[in-house]
Amino acid sequence: MNQLSAKELRDKIKAGEIKSVEATKAVFERIAKVEPTVGAYISIFEEQALAKAAQVDKRIAGGEKVGELAGLPVAVKDNMCTTFGTTTCASKILANFHAPYNATVVEKLLSSDAIIAGKTNLDEFAMGSSTENSGLKRTVNPWDIERVPGGSSGGSAAGLAAGLCFAALGSDTGGSIRLPASFCGVVGLKPTYGRVSRYGLVAYGSSLDQIGPVTQTVEDCALMMNVIAGYDPADSTSVDEKTAPLCDYLAKLDEPVKGLKIGIAPKFNAGADEQVRKAIDEAINTYRNLGAAIIEIDMPHFDYAIAAYYMVATAEASSNLSRYDGVHYGHRTRNPNDYIEVYTKSRAEGFGKEVKRRIMLGTYALSSGYYDAYYLKALKVRNLIRGDFVSVFEKCDCIMMPVSPTTAFKMGEKLDDPLKMYLSDIYTIAVNLAGIPGISIPCGFDDKNLPIGLQILAPAFGEENLLRIARMYEKQTDWHRKRPNLNG
Amino acid sequence: MGNLEYKVLVGLEIHVQLCTQTKMFCGCALSFAEEPNSRVCPVCLGMPGSLPVMNKQAVEFAILAGMALNCQIAQFTKWDRKSYYYPDLPKNYQISQYDLPLAINGYIEIPTDNGIKKIRIIRAHLEEDAGKNLHTAGNFSLVDLNRAGTPLLEIVTEPDMNSAIEVRALAEELQRIVRYLGVSEADMQKGHMRFEPNVNLVITRAGQEFKTPIVEVKNLNSFKALENSINYEIGRQLDRFNETGEVMEMGNKSTRGWDDAKEVTVLQREKEEAHDYRYFPDPDLVPVETNEDWLIPIQERLCELPLKKRLRYVKEYGLSDYDAGVLTSERATADFFENAVKSGGEPKRVCNLLTQYFQKRANERGCNLTELGVKPQQVAALAKMLEKEEISATAAAAISDAVVLSEDLDPGKYAQEHNLLQKSDAGELEAIVEEVIKANPQAVEDFKAGGKKSGKAKGFLLGQVMQKTKGRANPKVAAEILDRKLA
Amino acid sequence: MQKKIDEAQVRKVAKLARLELNDKEVEEFAGQLSAILDYVARMNELDTNDVEPLAHCLPIHNVFREDTIKESLGTEKTLANAPQQDGSFFKVPKILEEPS
Ligand SMILES: [Mg+2]
Ligand SMILES: [Zn+2]
Repeated sequence: MNQLSAKELRDKIKAGEIKSVEATKAVFERIAKVEPTVGAYISIFEEQALAKAAQVDKRIAGGEKVGELAGLPVAVKDNMCTTFGTTTCASKILANFHAPYNATVVEKLLSSDAIIAGKTNLDEFAMGSSTENSGLKRTVNPWDIERVPGGSSGGSAAGLAAGLCFAALGSDTGGSIRLPASFCGVVGLKPTYGRVSRYGLVAYGSSLDQIGPVTQTVEDCALMMNVIAGYDPADSTSVDEKTAPLCDYLAKLDEPVKGLKIGIAPKFNAGADEQVRKAIDEAINTYRNLGAAIIEIDMPHFDYAIAAYYMVATAEASSNLSRYDGVHYGHRTRNPNDYIEVYTKSRAEGFGKEVKRRIMLGTYALSSGYYDAYYLKALKVRNLIRGDFVSVFEKCDCIMMPVSPTTAFKMGEKLDDPLKMYLSDIYTIAVNLAGIPGISIPCGFDDKNLPIGLQILAPAFGEENLLRIARMYEKQTDWHRKRPNLNG
Repeated sequence: MGNLEYKVLVGLEIHVQLCTQTKMFCGCALSFAEEPNSRVCPVCLGMPGSLPVMNKQAVEFAILAGMALNCQIAQFTKWDRKSYYYPDLPKNYQISQYDLPLAINGYIEIPTDNGIKKIRIIRAHLEEDAGKNLHTAGNFSLVDLNRAGTPLLEIVTEPDMNSAIEVRALAEELQRIVRYLGVSEADMQKGHMRFEPNVNLVITRAGQEFKTPIVEVKNLNSFKALENSINYEIGRQLDRFNETGEVMEMGNKSTRGWDDAKEVTVLQREKEEAHDYRYFPDPDLVPVETNEDWLIPIQERLCELPLKKRLRYVKEYGLSDYDAGVLTSERATADFFENAVKSGGEPKRVCNLLTQYFQKRANERGCNLTELGVKPQQVAALAKMLEKEEISATAAAAISDAVVLSEDLDPGKYAQEHNLLQKSDAGELEAIVEEVIKANPQAVEDFKAGGKKSGKAKGFLLGQVMQKTKGRANPKVAAEILDRKLA
Repeated sequence: MQKKIDEAQVRKVAKLARLELNDKEVEEFAGQLSAILDYVARMNELDTNDVEPLAHCLPIHNVFREDTIKESLGTEKTLANAPQQDGSFFKVPKILEEPS
């Protein structure tokens, strides 16, 4: 059963061939066995999950209509609010925080009859590329437990790769879905900014954050998108269907895109490790063999993306995280001498190093005298980067490039050098600045048996095409069926 | 020091609470005096993951007010975050508008002893209010977030006011305007309108000009406090200048709080530390763009403003400035008055009925004139009867009482049924006067004799006529007849 | 603008951000933030004089909500996460200054 994709399992549950309770039990057995090694979850909801599974089974047996994700055990990154359990963002400052409401995506999962197995680990407040910045626990890469799962949605990707759920949700501000998906050999989609509601997603960089699926297959990804995408009146930045019509992402998934034109930029692909580059070249070759045209593109401002990103994202973060102050909720320092110390000490105790670093950086970028040089400049560079994508997409349907210059790196390898860590997001960050969708799909392994991800980018609201393009490759290969060898 | 002249400069920063149903960015009902922290939700509590959504009504109220203040309405406006840490500010930033306010470059006209004066308005923008910190005794403060997220219109004027009286006139005029527009209840005691004056003086001494440091005054919760605090500041700043000669410099602006009991301002913050609010565009909200299709219907809701109305009443209806002021102080009263006039009531008589009679009844009941259950047509009918001298003032009072009690009452019918119509018919009155003359020879004699007794005798005879007609004789007509008969 | 951020600036920023930092952190941040800002300074290679700042990639504006009341959370749920409360109030050590 653990070999089934989410869609396959869902179909069997709906058909009554497999009971959701069986599938859910199998997941929790697997959790009991390997979770102590993997460390994917911050919290698990076994009792609640089994009860809901039994209820779904009963409804199916009774011939009742059930939702899109009927009986399917899934995981949610722990920066999405749930009325059950805690919502910690992997931060000590929210370690005991009980949200009084469900994120819109959580409501959507629940109303489509998914079984939420647990909430997954992440870099504290989604700030990081390795999940090593979690203030609460350590997650390893199931392909090599000495290595990081990528981040910040490391728990979702590692948990899925280790068979601890059938699909998961992550969030992506600068690559936080695509990078861990790539490092863990699974599929990860960052939708267009505005396609999926952010209501209930604890904000890091509000103009960049987007929730998306982490799945075993492209087909599963389309299935999850069918559930989570769409306008939400509670999120002013979610786009209505008049502006960008929604579609059934499964409907035409298996139709190849005719006359596909792929843009590649050899100049910056050259920055990747040789084995990564080789895998990407081979993947592009596969497309070429399917009849796709390969077009060389130039994106003159791409190299400035990380610089712009770290100003925009940290500026927004410094403001978004100012609410964690120990006054109304969250950690409060034990014996403050005055109310100012409630702020300064609670925040000093509650936040980890990377979060503090980014708050400092963002506060600086917005502070009087530096705003124009850093924050405003970054917004202008952001516009140039978006312009690059707009003009490239006039010539091609999609862009292909690596997700990351390397495969999963060793724990601790980049921890002492924040800038080096930031540079691991070199291929993913521009996408968030431009607001466009990007997907990571497995496209091979290096000589250490570590997965490599192919990144495909499409124009804004082009998810349907993007998924079809990804599916074309998936049908030709079986990288996505490979599983890590994990013995609990 | 004898040749010291000075000019007062006051600019105002005003926060007006809009009377929407719900808060600026969430569906919580606006709070009055509920249990603390009961009118809050994840959004106005600044809970992790929550997001703001604009209240359309608040934006439209703000546009309407901006139009009434003769401002240009921005075609493109956006939201910014203003960062500062305070326990009543749950997100530790306030959603406000920084460089692109909703309305700019307007003015408000205020009445002064020298006629109408224009006070320029720099800007008017929308923002959310903070909650309330309660500073109780002991080592703790308490925080109630019910008010957090309430829509506020912030209005900033140029320092165009030159006296405490002008400041008060502006405050009262603004109160009338926002109430006319129905965008705010504008009750100062309840904090619906909060004024923060910036006060300083330009002193001329021996032909040289000196500017005193600007003082921002806070904690003003009545018009009286507003006026008194400025007068106090004028005196204080003069004294201080005479003592120290201190003049305005960069960074020596200070904040003083008004102590209502002692009637003095008290220093709150000596030197205005350069704030670093780190304004930047709120990424959770999208911009607001306005166009004619949206603005014209709002413009149509713009009514004649109180001051214009007041001047018109004086000019068009010949009312006194005082009466015109009373009638235009509230829009409902003015509308009522105009409807009664439209229904044929002579303006002065309608005015008298309203100000001398119905307004009193309304005050007694603690309600608005329009809530008395009286119709403008009824008042018009009363005015007409008075005009034609069909009823006496006493009868008018009696009919008015009846009108207040019964909505459908027809004043004319009622007067007839209750024998309240005056007898102006000369023939009928002549017979009664004859009777009275016959019955009172002594009085007639006194009257004819002239001198001191004559007036008294005439009054007596007229009183007899009134008695015989049960008060319904038109006194003017009766007196004429009497004069003629005894001439 | 190539100015590296020194320790005094780090302390100033930390105060703005309401973060208590020890001396070691101040020193560390001065070094790390300077390195990052040096990297960020590469943006100056680009002439952006005629470029509009892009705060948002969205093709939308005027997203409104009707002015209709929705149920509030209720005092109990509101205070459920409060570190300290007094009756229906959040409780904090005495506030002595005005907001700044
Ligand atoms: Mg303000
Ligand atoms: Zn609310």
